[in-house]
Amino acid sequence: MALTRDEIARVAHMARLSLSEEEIEGFAEQLSRILEHVERINQVDVTDVPPTYHAVTLQNVLREDEPQPSLERETVLALAPESEAGCYKVPKITEG
Amino acid sequence: MSGMTHILSAARLNRLFLAGELSAVEIAESALSRIAKVEPQVGAFLHVAAEHVLDRAKKLDARRRAGDNEFGPLAGVPIAVKDNICTCGMETTCASRMLKGYVSPYDATVVERLRASGAMIIGKTNMDEFAMGSSGEASAFQTTRNPWDLERVPGGSSSGSAAAVAAGEVPLALGTDTGGSIRQPAAFTGVVGLKPTYGYVSRYGVVSFASSLDQVGPLGHDVEDVARLFEVIAGPDRRDATNAGRTPPELKFGGDPSLAGVRLGVPRELFGQGIDSGVKARVEEAIRQLEDLGATVEECSLPSTEYALSAYYVIALAEASSNLARYDGVRYGFRAAQTGGLTEMYSKTRGEGFGAEVKRRIMLGTYVLSSGHYDAYYRKAQQVRTLVVRDFERAFERFDALVTPTTPFTAWRIGEKIDDPMAMYLGDICTIPVNLAGLPAISVPCGFVDGLPVGMQLIGKHFADAQLLQMAWAYQKVTKHHESRPVLTEEGGR
Repeated sequence: MALTRDEIARVAHMARLSLSEEEIEGFAEQLSRILEHVERINQVDVTDVPPTYHAVTLQNVLREDEPQPSLERETVLALAPESEAGCYKVPKITEG
Repeated sequence: MSGMTHILSAARLNRLFLAGELSAVEIAESALSRIAKVEPQVGAFLHVAAEHVLDRAKKLDARRRAGDNEFGPLAGVPIAVKDNICTCGMETTCASRMLKGYVSPYDATVVERLRASGAMIIGKTNMDEFAMGSSGEASAFQTTRNPWDLERVPGGSSSGSAAAVAAGEVPLALGTDTGGSIRQPAAFTGVVGLKPTYGYVSRYGVVSFASSLDQVGPLGHDVEDVARLFEVIAGPDRRDATNAGRTPPELKFGGDPSLAGVRLGVPRELFGQGIDSGVKARVEEAIRQLEDLGATVEECSLPSTEYALSAYYVIALAEASSNLARYDGVRYGFRAAQTGGLTEMYSKTRGEGFGAEVKRRIMLGTYVLSSGHYDAYYRKAQQVRTLVVRDFERAFERFDALVTPTTPFTAWRIGEKIDDPMAMYLGDICTIPVNLAGLPAISVPCGFVDGLPVGMQLIGKHFADAQLLQMAWAYQKVTKHHESRPVLTEEGGR
Protein backbone atom coordinates (compact mmCIF):
# COMPACT_ATOMS: atom_id res chain seq x y z
CA MET A 1 0.00 0.00 0.00
CA ALA A 2 1.80 3.09 -1.22
CA LEU A 3 0.69 6.35 0.33
CA THR A 4 0.73 9.45 -1.83
CA ARG A 5 2.02 12.84 -0.86
CA ASP A 6 -1.56 14.14 -0.76
CA GLU A 7 -2.71 11.39 1.58
CA ILE A 8 0.15 12.17 3.94
CA ALA A 9 -0.77 15.86 3.87
CA ARG A 10 -4.41 14.98 4.57
CA VAL A 11 -3.50 12.76 7.55
CA ALA A 12 -1.09 15.40 8.86
CA HIS A 13 -3.90 17.92 8.82
CA MET A 14 -6.21 15.55 10.71
CA ALA A 15 -3.47 14.99 13.29
CA ARG A 16 -2.77 18.75 13.48
CA LEU A 17 0.88 18.26 12.62
CA SER A 18 2.66 20.78 10.46
CA LEU A 19 5.23 18.87 8.44
CA SER A 20 8.02 20.05 6.20
CA GLU A 21 8.14 18.91 2.55
CA GLU A 22 11.03 16.66 3.52
CA GLU A 23 9.04 15.07 6.33
CA ILE A 24 6.06 14.49 4.06
CA GLU A 25 8.22 12.67 1.53
CA GLY A 26 9.99 10.65 4.22
CA PHE A 27 6.74 9.63 5.88
CA ALA A 28 5.15 8.67 2.55
CA GLU A 29 7.91 6.14 2.01
CA GLN A 30 8.24 4.92 5.62
CA LEU A 31 4.52 4.68 6.37
CA SER A 32 3.96 2.77 3.13
CA ARG A 33 6.54 0.22 4.20
CA ILE A 34 5.11 -0.13 7.68
CA LEU A 35 1.57 -0.49 6.32
CA GLU A 36 2.80 -3.15 3.94
CA HIS A 37 3.95 -5.15 6.96
CA VAL A 38 0.83 -4.35 8.97
CA GLU A 39 -1.40 -5.59 6.16
CA ARG A 40 -0.37 -9.11 7.01
CA ILE A 41 -3.30 -9.08 9.40
CA ASN A 42 -5.55 -9.27 6.37
CA GLN A 43 -4.27 -12.79 5.71
CA VAL A 44 -5.89 -13.95 8.93
CA ASP A 45 -9.41 -15.31 8.96
CA VAL A 46 -11.18 -13.50 11.77
CA THR A 47 -14.77 -14.31 10.82
CA ASP A 48 -16.83 -14.47 14.03
CA VAL A 49 -13.82 -13.54 16.18
CA PRO A 50 -14.80 -10.79 18.64
CA PRO A 51 -12.38 -7.89 19.08
CA THR A 52 -10.36 -7.57 22.31
CA TYR A 53 -10.15 -3.99 23.53
CA HIS A 54 -8.76 -4.83 26.93
CA ALA A 55 -6.92 -8.02 27.75
CA VAL A 56 -7.88 -8.08 31.41
CA THR A 57 -11.63 -7.77 31.48
CA LEU A 58 -13.15 -5.35 33.91
CA GLN A 59 -16.79 -4.45 33.89
CA ASN A 60 -18.53 -1.30 35.03
CA VAL A 61 -16.09 -0.06 37.60
CA LEU A 62 -18.34 2.04 39.80
CA ARG A 63 -17.74 4.22 42.80
CA GLU A 64 -19.71 6.71 44.84
CA ASP A 65 -19.85 10.10 43.18
CA GLU A 66 -18.38 12.12 46.02
CA PRO A 67 -16.42 15.35 45.77
CA GLN A 68 -12.69 14.85 46.33
CA PRO A 69 -9.94 17.36 46.89
CA SER A 70 -8.56 18.63 43.61
CA LEU A 71 -5.70 20.79 42.38
CA GLU A 72 -5.89 24.55 42.87
CA ARG A 73 -6.91 26.47 39.77
CA GLU A 74 -3.84 28.75 40.05
CA THR A 75 -1.50 25.76 40.25
CA VAL A 76 -2.92 24.30 37.09
CA LEU A 77 -3.16 27.56 35.15
CA ALA A 78 0.46 28.32 36.01
CA LEU A 79 1.45 25.40 33.79
CA ALA A 80 -0.23 26.89 30.73
CA PRO A 81 1.73 28.79 28.07
CA GLU A 82 -0.81 31.60 28.44
CA SER A 83 -3.74 32.29 30.75
CA GLU A 84 -5.88 35.24 31.71
CA ALA A 85 -8.63 35.87 34.24
CA GLY A 86 -8.73 32.26 35.42
CA CYS A 87 -8.95 30.86 31.89
CA TYR A 88 -6.63 29.38 29.30
CA LYS A 89 -5.79 31.85 26.58
CA VAL A 90 -5.55 30.76 22.95
CA PRO A 91 -5.11 32.56 19.63
CA LYS A 92 -8.29 33.67 17.88
CA ILE A 93 -10.55 30.82 16.94
CA THR A 94 -12.14 32.36 13.84
CA GLU A 95 -9.77 32.64 10.93
CA GLY A 96 -9.35 35.66 8.68
CA MET B 1 31.90 1.27 52.77
CA SER B 2 29.86 4.28 51.74
CA GLY B 3 31.82 4.58 48.52
CA MET B 4 30.81 1.05 47.60
CA THR B 5 27.05 1.24 47.79
CA HIS B 6 26.82 0.86 44.02
CA ILE B 7 27.52 -2.84 44.36
CA LEU B 8 24.97 -3.40 47.14
CA SER B 9 21.43 -4.59 46.53
CA ALA B 10 18.36 -2.62 47.59
CA ALA B 11 17.60 -5.30 50.18
CA ARG B 12 21.08 -4.93 51.66
CA LEU B 13 20.98 -1.11 51.66
CA ASN B 14 17.62 -1.23 53.39
CA ARG B 15 18.95 -3.60 56.08
CA LEU B 16 22.07 -1.48 56.64
CA PHE B 17 19.97 1.66 56.92
CA LEU B 18 17.54 0.08 59.37
CA ALA B 19 20.43 -1.31 61.45
CA GLY B 20 22.03 2.13 61.58
CA GLU B 21 25.18 0.88 59.86
CA LEU B 22 24.76 3.23 56.92
CA SER B 23 22.88 6.51 57.10
CA ALA B 24 20.50 7.48 54.32
CA VAL B 25 22.74 10.50 53.68
CA GLU B 26 25.77 8.24 53.24
CA ILE B 27 23.82 6.07 50.82
CA ALA B 28 22.52 9.07 48.87
CA GLU B 29 25.97 10.67 48.72
CA SER B 30 27.52 7.45 47.56
CA ALA B 31 24.93 7.06 44.80
CA LEU B 32 25.42 10.69 43.75
CA SER B 33 29.17 10.22 43.55
CA ARG B 34 28.72 7.08 41.47
CA ILE B 35 26.38 9.02 39.18
CA ALA B 36 28.90 11.87 38.89
CA LYS B 37 31.57 9.35 37.96
CA VAL B 38 29.79 7.33 35.28
CA GLU B 39 27.15 9.69 33.89
CA PRO B 40 29.56 11.40 31.47
CA GLN B 41 29.87 8.03 29.73
CA VAL B 42 26.43 6.49 30.23
CA GLY B 43 24.02 9.44 30.13
CA ALA B 44 21.18 7.60 31.85
CA PHE B 45 19.67 10.59 33.66
CA LEU B 46 17.82 13.59 32.29
CA HIS B 47 17.64 15.11 35.74
CA VAL B 48 19.60 14.23 38.88
CA ALA B 49 17.76 15.52 41.93
CA ALA B 50 20.80 15.90 44.22
CA GLU B 51 19.26 18.44 46.54
CA HIS B 52 16.00 16.60 46.79
CA VAL B 53 17.57 13.25 47.55
CA LEU B 54 19.89 14.64 50.24
CA ASP B 55 17.04 16.50 51.87
CA ARG B 56 14.96 13.35 51.82
CA ALA B 57 17.87 11.32 53.24
CA LYS B 58 18.33 13.75 56.12
CA LYS B 59 14.66 13.40 57.00
CA LEU B 60 14.88 9.60 56.94
CA ASP B 61 17.96 9.71 59.17
CA ALA B 62 16.24 12.06 61.60
CA ARG B 63 13.24 9.77 61.77
CA ARG B 64 15.44 6.76 62.42
CA ARG B 65 17.41 8.54 65.12
CA ALA B 66 14.14 9.56 66.77
CA GLY B 67 13.32 5.88 67.14
CA ASP B 68 10.79 5.60 64.29
CA ASN B 69 10.49 1.95 63.32
CA GLU B 70 7.63 2.26 60.87
CA PHE B 71 9.86 2.29 57.81
CA GLY B 72 8.74 0.72 54.56
CA PRO B 73 10.64 -1.93 52.60
CA LEU B 74 12.58 0.58 50.48
CA ALA B 75 13.69 2.90 53.27
CA GLY B 76 17.12 4.30 52.44
CA VAL B 77 17.13 2.93 48.89
CA PRO B 78 17.94 5.33 46.04
CA ILE B 79 15.63 4.82 43.06
CA ALA B 80 15.53 6.26 39.57
CA VAL B 81 12.21 6.98 37.88
CA LYS B 82 11.54 6.99 34.16
CA ASP B 83 10.72 10.44 32.90
CA ASN B 84 7.16 9.60 31.82
CA ILE B 85 6.10 9.07 35.44
CA CYS B 86 4.86 12.21 37.18
CA THR B 87 6.90 13.44 40.13
CA CYS B 88 5.94 16.50 42.12
CA GLY B 89 8.82 18.95 42.33
CA MET B 90 10.87 17.33 39.53
CA GLU B 91 10.53 17.75 35.80
CA THR B 92 8.56 15.14 33.86
CA THR B 93 9.41 15.61 30.19
CA CYS B 94 8.97 12.20 28.53
CA ALA B 95 12.28 13.15 26.87
CA SER B 96 10.27 15.46 24.60
CA ARG B 97 10.65 19.10 23.67
CA MET B 98 6.88 19.18 24.06
CA LEU B 99 7.17 18.83 27.85
CA LYS B 100 10.55 20.44 28.50
CA GLY B 101 10.34 22.26 31.83
CA TYR B 102 7.03 20.66 32.80
CA VAL B 103 6.76 19.99 36.52
CA SER B 104 3.71 17.95 37.43
CA PRO B 105 1.61 19.38 40.27
CA TYR B 106 0.90 15.86 41.53
CA ASP B 107 2.65 12.53 42.04
CA ALA B 108 1.82 9.39 40.11
CA THR B 109 0.36 6.70 42.37
CA VAL B 110 3.53 4.62 41.96
CA VAL B 111 5.60 7.62 43.10
CA GLU B 112 3.35 8.18 46.12
CA ARG B 113 3.86 4.53 46.96
CA LEU B 114 7.63 4.86 46.53
CA ARG B 115 7.74 7.81 48.87
CA ALA B 116 5.58 5.98 51.44
CA SER B 117 7.94 2.99 51.29
CA GLY B 118 10.89 5.17 52.34
CA ALA B 119 12.56 5.15 48.90
CA MET B 120 14.71 8.10 47.89
CA ILE B 121 13.99 9.27 44.34
CA ILE B 122 17.34 10.33 42.96
CA GLY B 123 16.36 11.48 39.50
CA LYS B 124 14.49 11.01 36.25
CA THR B 125 15.83 8.76 33.55
CA ASN B 126 16.16 9.20 29.83
CA MET B 127 13.86 7.34 27.44
CA ASP B 128 12.68 7.26 23.89
CA GLU B 129 10.39 10.25 23.45
CA PHE B 130 6.95 9.41 24.90
CA ALA B 131 8.22 5.80 25.26
CA MET B 132 8.17 5.34 21.49
CA GLY B 133 11.27 3.44 20.50
CA SER B 134 13.42 0.41 21.21
CA SER B 135 16.87 1.96 21.44
CA GLY B 136 16.67 5.10 23.54
CA GLU B 137 17.85 7.10 20.53
CA ALA B 138 14.48 8.78 20.08
CA SER B 139 15.07 10.97 23.16
CA ALA B 140 14.94 14.65 22.22
CA PHE B 141 17.73 15.42 24.66
CA GLN B 142 20.51 12.83 24.76
CA THR B 143 21.55 9.32 23.78
CA THR B 144 22.00 6.88 26.63
CA ARG B 145 24.81 4.38 26.10
CA ASN B 146 24.93 0.73 27.00
CA PRO B 147 27.30 0.32 29.98
CA TRP B 148 28.51 -3.00 28.49
CA ASP B 149 29.64 -1.32 25.29
CA LEU B 150 29.39 2.43 25.08
CA GLU B 151 29.09 2.30 21.29
CA ARG B 152 25.84 0.37 21.59
CA VAL B 153 22.28 1.23 22.52
CA PRO B 154 20.92 0.22 25.94
CA GLY B 155 17.57 -0.69 24.39
CA GLY B 156 14.36 1.20 25.00
CA SER B 157 12.18 2.79 25.65
CA SER B 158 13.25 2.58 29.35
CA SER B 159 16.83 3.21 28.21
CA GLY B 160 17.95 5.35 31.13
CA SER B 161 16.34 3.19 33.82
CA ALA B 162 18.07 0.05 32.53
CA ALA B 163 21.43 1.76 31.98
CA ALA B 164 21.34 3.42 35.41
CA VAL B 165 20.87 0.05 37.09
CA ALA B 166 23.46 -1.69 34.91
CA ALA B 167 26.03 1.04 35.57
CA GLY B 168 25.52 0.77 39.34
CA GLU B 169 24.07 4.27 39.65
CA VAL B 170 20.99 2.93 41.44
CA PRO B 171 20.02 -0.54 42.63
CA LEU B 172 16.47 -0.12 41.34
CA ALA B 173 14.54 1.88 38.78
CA LEU B 174 11.00 2.22 37.49
CA GLY B 175 10.26 1.78 33.82
CA THR B 176 7.15 1.41 31.70
CA ASP B 177 6.40 -1.34 29.20
CA THR B 178 3.97 -1.03 26.30
CA GLY B 179 5.55 -3.56 23.92
CA GLY B 180 8.74 -4.57 25.71
CA SER B 181 10.10 -1.26 27.00
CA ILE B 182 11.14 -2.72 30.38
CA ARG B 183 12.16 -6.22 29.30
CA GLN B 184 14.12 -5.40 26.15
CA PRO B 185 16.45 -2.81 27.75
CA ALA B 186 16.77 -5.10 30.78
CA ALA B 187 17.97 -7.86 28.43
CA PHE B 188 20.33 -5.51 26.55
CA THR B 189 21.96 -4.26 29.75
CA GLY B 190 22.04 -7.50 31.76
CA VAL B 191 19.53 -6.59 34.45
CA VAL B 192 16.21 -8.02 35.65
CA GLY B 193 13.01 -6.35 34.42
CA LEU B 194 9.39 -7.20 35.21
CA LYS B 195 6.34 -6.20 33.16
CA PRO B 196 3.50 -6.84 35.60
CA THR B 197 0.04 -8.12 34.65
CA TYR B 198 -2.01 -5.34 33.08
CA GLY B 199 -4.02 -3.76 35.89
CA TYR B 200 -1.76 -4.79 38.78
CA VAL B 201 0.03 -1.44 38.94
CA SER B 202 -1.79 1.88 38.77
CA ARG B 203 -1.27 3.99 35.65
CA TYR B 204 -2.47 7.15 37.39
CA GLY B 205 0.10 9.87 36.74
CA VAL B 206 1.91 7.83 34.12
CA VAL B 207 1.94 9.62 30.79
CA SER B 208 -0.21 7.51 28.48
CA PHE B 209 1.18 6.00 25.28
CA ALA B 210 -1.19 3.10 24.55
CA SER B 211 -3.61 2.82 27.42
CA SER B 212 -4.67 -0.80 26.89
CA LEU B 213 -1.02 -1.96 26.85
CA ASP B 214 0.97 0.35 29.17
CA GLN B 215 2.16 -0.95 32.52
CA VAL B 216 4.73 0.32 35.04
CA GLY B 217 7.32 -2.10 36.37
CA PRO B 218 10.64 -2.49 38.19
CA LEU B 219 14.20 -2.98 36.93
CA GLY B 220 17.01 -4.14 39.21
CA HIS B 221 20.10 -6.30 39.52
CA ASP B 222 18.40 -9.26 41.10
CA VAL B 223 14.99 -10.83 41.35
CA GLU B 224 14.56 -10.19 45.07
CA ASP B 225 15.05 -6.45 44.63
CA VAL B 226 12.69 -6.40 41.67
CA ALA B 227 10.08 -8.29 43.70
CA ARG B 228 10.49 -5.84 46.58
CA LEU B 229 9.81 -2.87 44.29
CA PHE B 230 6.93 -4.70 42.59
CA GLU B 231 5.25 -5.29 45.95
CA VAL B 232 5.55 -1.59 46.75
CA ILE B 233 4.01 -0.33 43.50
CA ALA B 234 1.32 -2.97 42.86
CA GLY B 235 -2.14 -2.76 44.35
CA PRO B 236 -5.56 -1.12 44.17
CA ASP B 237 -6.01 2.47 43.07
CA ARG B 238 -9.39 4.04 42.54
CA ARG B 239 -7.85 6.78 40.39
CA ASP B 240 -7.06 4.29 37.63
CA ALA B 241 -10.29 2.79 36.31
CA THR B 242 -8.35 -0.03 34.62
CA ASN B 243 -6.68 -1.03 37.87
CA ALA B 244 -7.71 -4.54 38.84
CA GLY B 245 -7.96 -3.70 42.53
CA ARG B 246 -5.77 -6.63 43.51
CA THR B 247 -2.95 -6.79 46.02
CA PRO B 248 -0.15 -9.25 45.20
CA PRO B 249 0.57 -12.03 47.72
CA GLU B 250 3.49 -11.43 50.05
CA LEU B 251 6.66 -12.76 48.46
CA LYS B 252 9.16 -14.83 50.41
CA PHE B 253 12.40 -16.10 48.97
CA GLY B 254 14.55 -18.70 50.60
CA GLY B 255 15.32 -22.36 50.98
CA ASP B 256 16.60 -24.56 48.20
CA PRO B 257 15.70 -23.32 44.76
CA SER B 258 13.41 -25.83 43.09
CA LEU B 259 11.11 -25.88 40.12
CA ALA B 260 9.78 -29.35 40.85
CA GLY B 261 6.33 -29.76 39.35
CA VAL B 262 6.59 -26.59 37.24
CA ARG B 263 5.53 -27.11 33.62
CA LEU B 264 7.25 -24.84 31.14
CA GLY B 265 6.36 -24.39 27.48
CA VAL B 266 8.72 -23.18 24.78
CA PRO B 267 6.81 -21.52 21.93
CA ARG B 268 8.49 -22.63 18.73
CA GLU B 269 7.49 -19.45 16.87
CA LEU B 270 9.67 -17.41 19.22
CA PHE B 271 12.61 -19.74 19.02
CA GLY B 272 13.30 -20.19 15.37
CA GLN B 273 13.73 -17.95 12.40
CA GLY B 274 15.09 -14.53 13.14
CA ILE B 275 16.59 -15.47 16.52
CA ASP B 276 20.36 -14.96 16.59
CA SER B 277 22.18 -18.27 17.04
CA GLY B 278 24.21 -16.99 20.00
CA VAL B 279 21.09 -15.75 21.79
CA LYS B 280 19.38 -19.05 21.06
CA ALA B 281 22.30 -21.01 22.53
CA ARG B 282 22.26 -18.99 25.77
CA VAL B 283 18.52 -19.42 26.24
CA GLU B 284 18.78 -23.15 25.49
CA GLU B 285 21.42 -23.44 28.22
CA ALA B 286 19.09 -21.59 30.56
CA ILE B 287 16.26 -23.97 29.70
CA ARG B 288 18.48 -26.93 30.58
CA GLN B 289 19.18 -25.29 33.93
CA LEU B 290 15.45 -24.85 34.49
CA GLU B 291 15.08 -28.57 33.80
CA ASP B 292 17.88 -29.34 36.25
CA LEU B 293 15.88 -27.41 38.83
CA GLY B 294 13.02 -29.86 38.30
CA ALA B 295 10.85 -28.16 35.70
CA THR B 296 9.41 -30.14 32.83
CA VAL B 297 9.91 -28.44 29.49
CA GLU B 298 7.95 -29.08 26.30
CA GLU B 299 7.63 -27.33 22.99
CA CYS B 300 4.37 -25.54 22.28
CA SER B 301 2.91 -23.26 19.63
CA LEU B 302 1.54 -19.72 19.53
CA PRO B 303 0.46 -19.75 15.87
CA SER B 304 -0.91 -16.18 15.78
CA THR B 305 2.41 -14.73 16.93
CA GLU B 306 3.43 -13.96 13.39
CA TYR B 307 0.58 -11.48 13.17
CA ALA B 308 1.02 -10.05 16.67
CA LEU B 309 3.51 -7.39 15.65
CA SER B 310 1.21 -6.02 12.96
CA ALA B 311 -1.79 -6.02 15.28
CA TYR B 312 0.30 -4.36 17.97
CA TYR B 313 1.40 -1.49 15.75
CA VAL B 314 -2.14 -0.75 14.66
CA ILE B 315 -3.51 -0.85 18.22
CA ALA B 316 -0.62 0.91 19.95
CA LEU B 317 -0.40 3.69 17.39
CA ALA B 318 -4.15 4.21 17.20
CA GLU B 319 -4.23 4.61 20.97
CA ALA B 320 -1.13 6.81 20.89
CA SER B 321 -2.49 9.17 18.25
CA SER B 322 -5.54 9.67 20.41
CA ASN B 323 -3.61 10.00 23.71
CA LEU B 324 -1.14 12.48 22.27
CA ALA B 325 -3.91 14.75 21.01
CA ARG B 326 -3.73 16.42 24.43
CA TYR B 327 -0.42 18.11 23.55
CA ASP B 328 -1.87 21.12 21.83
CA GLY B 329 -0.04 24.03 23.42
CA VAL B 330 -3.01 25.12 25.50
CA ARG B 331 -2.86 23.65 29.00
CA TYR B 332 0.81 22.79 29.52
CA GLY B 333 4.11 22.29 27.78
CA PHE B 334 5.42 23.84 24.62
CA ARG B 335 3.61 26.34 22.41
CA ALA B 336 5.06 27.46 19.08
CA ALA B 337 5.74 31.16 18.64
CA GLN B 338 2.56 33.05 17.92
CA THR B 339 1.28 32.70 14.38
CA GLY B 340 -2.19 33.10 12.95
CA GLY B 341 -5.21 31.34 14.42
CA LEU B 342 -5.88 28.42 16.70
CA THR B 343 -5.56 25.62 14.15
CA GLU B 344 -2.21 26.91 13.00
CA MET B 345 -1.05 27.20 16.61
CA TYR B 346 -1.98 23.54 17.21
CA SER B 347 -0.21 22.32 14.08
CA LYS B 348 2.93 24.34 14.55
CA THR B 349 3.16 23.47 18.24
CA ARG B 350 2.86 19.76 17.48
CA GLY B 351 5.06 19.92 14.39
CA GLU B 352 7.86 21.64 16.33
CA GLY B 353 7.32 19.97 19.71
CA PHE B 354 7.33 16.30 18.66
CA GLY B 355 10.33 14.38 17.31
CA ALA B 356 10.40 12.25 14.16
CA GLU B 357 9.45 8.89 15.70
CA VAL B 358 6.51 10.35 17.61
CA LYS B 359 5.23 12.12 14.51
CA ARG B 360 5.61 8.94 12.48
CA ARG B 361 3.51 7.04 15.01
CA ILE B 362 0.85 9.75 15.36
CA MET B 363 0.57 9.79 11.56
CA LEU B 364 0.15 6.04 11.34
CA GLY B 365 -2.31 5.96 14.24
CA THR B 366 -4.37 8.74 12.71
CA TYR B 367 -4.36 6.97 9.35
CA VAL B 368 -5.59 3.60 10.69
CA LEU B 369 -8.36 5.30 12.66
CA SER B 370 -9.48 7.52 9.81
CA SER B 371 -12.76 7.00 8.06
CA GLY B 372 -12.60 4.20 5.51
CA HIS B 373 -9.66 2.48 7.22
CA TYR B 374 -11.03 1.81 10.70
CA ASP B 375 -12.55 -1.60 9.96
CA ALA B 376 -9.66 -2.77 7.78
CA TYR B 377 -7.02 -1.91 10.34
CA TYR B 378 -8.20 -1.09 13.83
CA ARG B 379 -11.08 -3.52 14.20
CA LYS B 380 -9.16 -6.23 12.40
CA ALA B 381 -6.18 -5.75 14.68
CA GLN B 382 -8.37 -6.10 17.76
CA GLN B 383 -9.74 -9.35 16.33
CA VAL B 384 -6.22 -10.64 15.72
CA ARG B 385 -5.48 -9.63 19.30
CA THR B 386 -8.21 -12.04 20.39
CA LEU B 387 -6.41 -14.82 18.51
CA VAL B 388 -3.17 -13.95 20.29
CA VAL B 389 -4.99 -14.07 23.64
CA ARG B 390 -6.53 -17.45 22.75
CA ASP B 391 -3.10 -18.86 21.84
CA PHE B 392 -1.85 -18.01 25.31
CA GLU B 393 -5.00 -19.39 26.95
CA ARG B 394 -4.49 -22.69 25.15
CA ALA B 395 -0.82 -22.80 26.15
CA PHE B 396 -1.63 -22.06 29.78
CA GLU B 397 -3.97 -25.05 29.93
CA ARG B 398 -0.82 -27.17 29.73
CA PHE B 399 1.88 -24.93 31.16
CA ASP B 400 2.54 -22.75 34.19
CA ALA B 401 4.82 -20.42 32.27
CA LEU B 402 6.41 -19.98 28.85
CA VAL B 403 10.11 -19.42 28.12
CA THR B 404 11.48 -17.39 25.22
CA PRO B 405 14.46 -15.18 24.46
CA THR B 406 13.56 -11.62 25.53
CA THR B 407 14.99 -10.26 22.29
CA PRO B 408 16.00 -11.95 19.03
CA PHE B 409 19.46 -10.34 19.15
CA THR B 410 21.78 -8.44 21.49
CA ALA B 411 22.24 -4.66 21.63
CA TRP B 412 22.97 -3.03 18.27
CA ARG B 413 25.31 -0.15 17.49
CA ILE B 414 24.13 3.39 18.06
CA GLY B 415 22.76 4.69 14.76
CA GLU B 416 22.57 1.26 13.15
CA LYS B 417 18.78 1.04 12.80
CA ILE B 418 17.79 4.65 13.13
CA ASP B 419 16.72 5.02 9.48
CA ASP B 420 14.92 1.71 9.34
CA PRO B 421 11.98 1.81 11.76
CA MET B 422 10.62 -1.54 10.57
CA ALA B 423 13.89 -3.33 11.40
CA MET B 424 13.74 -1.87 14.89
CA TYR B 425 10.09 -2.86 15.35
CA LEU B 426 10.91 -6.47 14.42
CA GLY B 427 13.21 -6.69 17.43
CA ASP B 428 10.17 -6.58 19.71
CA ILE B 429 8.62 -9.79 18.40
CA CYS B 430 9.11 -11.79 21.62
CA THR B 431 7.82 -9.12 23.99
CA ILE B 432 4.85 -7.62 22.11
CA PRO B 433 2.42 -10.58 22.26
CA VAL B 434 2.63 -10.41 26.06
CA ASN B 435 1.30 -6.84 26.16
CA LEU B 436 -1.51 -7.67 23.73
CA ALA B 437 -2.66 -10.36 26.16
CA GLY B 438 -2.01 -8.28 29.30
CA LEU B 439 0.20 -11.02 30.79
CA PRO B 440 3.08 -10.65 33.23
CA ALA B 441 6.60 -11.38 31.98
CA ILE B 442 10.09 -11.06 33.38
CA SER B 443 13.47 -10.81 31.66
CA VAL B 444 16.41 -12.31 33.55
CA PRO B 445 20.07 -12.23 32.50
CA CYS B 446 21.13 -15.62 31.08
CA GLY B 447 24.66 -15.03 29.82
CA PHE B 448 26.55 -13.20 27.10
CA VAL B 449 27.24 -13.29 23.38
CA ASP B 450 30.47 -11.51 22.42
CA GLY B 451 30.47 -9.65 25.70
CA LEU B 452 26.87 -8.44 25.33
CA PRO B 453 24.13 -9.53 27.75
CA VAL B 454 21.30 -11.88 26.75
CA GLY B 455 17.91 -12.03 28.46
CA MET B 456 15.58 -14.96 28.97
CA GLN B 457 11.88 -14.13 29.18
CA LEU B 458 9.42 -16.01 31.39
CA ILE B 459 5.75 -15.34 30.62
CA GLY B 460 3.07 -16.16 33.20
CA LYS B 461 -0.68 -16.29 33.59
CA HIS B 462 -2.69 -13.22 34.54
CA PHE B 463 -1.82 -12.16 38.08
CA ALA B 464 0.79 -14.92 38.42
CA ASP B 465 3.51 -12.28 38.79
CA ALA B 466 4.55 -13.67 42.17
CA GLN B 467 4.89 -17.15 40.71
CA LEU B 468 7.04 -15.79 37.87
CA LEU B 469 9.28 -14.01 40.34
CA GLN B 470 9.68 -17.27 42.30
CA MET B 471 10.72 -19.11 39.14
CA ALA B 472 13.14 -16.36 38.15
CA TRP B 473 14.56 -16.40 41.68
CA ALA B 474 15.18 -20.14 41.50
CA TYR B 475 17.00 -19.74 38.18
CA GLN B 476 19.04 -16.84 39.50
CA LYS B 477 19.97 -18.87 42.58
CA VAL B 478 21.85 -21.43 40.47
CA THR B 479 23.42 -18.97 38.02
CA LYS B 480 25.78 -16.04 38.40
CA HIS B 481 24.86 -14.02 35.32
CA HIS B 482 23.08 -11.33 37.31
CA GLU B 483 26.24 -10.75 39.36
CA SER B 484 28.31 -9.70 36.33
CA ARG B 485 28.94 -5.97 36.14
CA PRO B 486 30.19 -3.95 33.20
CA VAL B 487 33.60 -2.35 33.63
CA LEU B 488 33.29 1.30 32.82
CA THR B 489 36.58 2.47 31.36
CA GLU B 490 37.46 5.17 33.91
CA GLU B 491 37.38 2.60 36.68
CA GLY B 492 40.24 0.59 35.25
CA GLY B 493 39.09 -2.72 36.64
CA ARG B 494 36.81 -4.10 39.29
